[in-house]
Amino acid sequence: MSDPTTAAADLPDEVRGWLGKKRYETEGEFDVERGYVFTTCASVENGNPLFWDEKTANDLTDGWIAPPTMISVWFRPHFWAPGRTGIAQPLQVHFDLKEKLGLPEAIMTDNTIVFREPVRPGDRLRTWQVLRSVSEPKRTKLGLGRFWVIDVEYVNQHGESVGTETYTGFGYRRES
Amino acid sequence: MAGPRTLTLPEVQKGQALPELAYDVTATTVVLGALASRDWRPMHHDKDFAQQRNGVRDIFLNTPNQAAWFERYLTDWSGPAGRLGRMRFRMRDSVFPGDRMVFQGQVEDVTVDDAGCGFAEVTVKLAVGDRLCTECAARIALPRTEGDNPWKRKGPDWQP
Repeated sequence: MSDPTTAAADLPDEVRGWLGKKRYETEGEFDVERGYVFTTCASVENGNPLFWDEKTANDLTDGWIAPPTMISVWFRPHFWAPGRTGIAQPLQVHFDLKEKLGLPEAIMTDNTIVFREPVRPGDRLRTWQVLRSVSEPKRTKLGLGRFWVIDVEYVNQHGESVGTETYTGFGYRRES
Repeated sequence: MAGPRTLTLPEVQKGQALPELAYDVTATTVVLGALASRDWRPMHHDKDFAQQRNGVRDIFLNTPNQAAWFERYLTDWSGPAGRLGRMRFRMRDSVFPGDRMVFQGQVEDVTVDDAGCGFAEVTVKLAVGDRLCTECAARIALPRTEGDNPWKRKGPDWQP
């Protein structure tokens, strides 16, 4: 988890109210499964026997696990789902900040992932987002904007933490 | 048959270079990586969109798939007993089809924590020619002896 929350003095009250609060808690749409593990391993030609050889998996990790860096894969909404209207966005707090602060452009400048309990096929994970900080307005070569830090927490069905992602974003408005 | 090769902490020293990995990126590399990470955004599969909306020359590797590339690079070196504890990366430039991406890593430190777990602190640079695309700093646990297994650590014994 990131440092305690900090915020610029001129933030709108609504945004200030998001600091340190659990938001968008949700359960993954599907169980962790090996099909995606194989596709991910194939995409980067990862031959780590933990994901391909059952004896190695049993000896080292007490059974199959998923590659740790897949942690966010289990929550990305699919391209389409029946009844859904609009585009489902991962990291919704990031998009909320862009909207509420009137910053139409944004980039991610930094991403840290801490890995805890291994994620296993059959797990059903839960996640939530916590806004940790929003800076004073700053001018960079991209434009005038603000930096913010968002933690994304992930837990398994036993309530054990499987990891935390921390994103630093910069929302900005281009200057002509 | 012998089990998979496993690197142990005593074999690792500060300043040690990891073996280089070079890979020729194609449009398939980019699209497969995006779909594997369930990233349907068009700049990772639609060249016209990437050019006209993002102002870049082609589709480009997405962030989660780059994380998967860094994991593969690190565990190619460590063997399967290597357990990733933490990874931080910073994107500086994009990786496009036609690029030959090169991963180069170096051990920055070797430590043992209060719980007795051994870690290598490694930095990795992903570059295309002289263009640095992504920097990564990783903390990966390695067995201290042949019988040690970082994957067995839980709770207070795992401090990534």
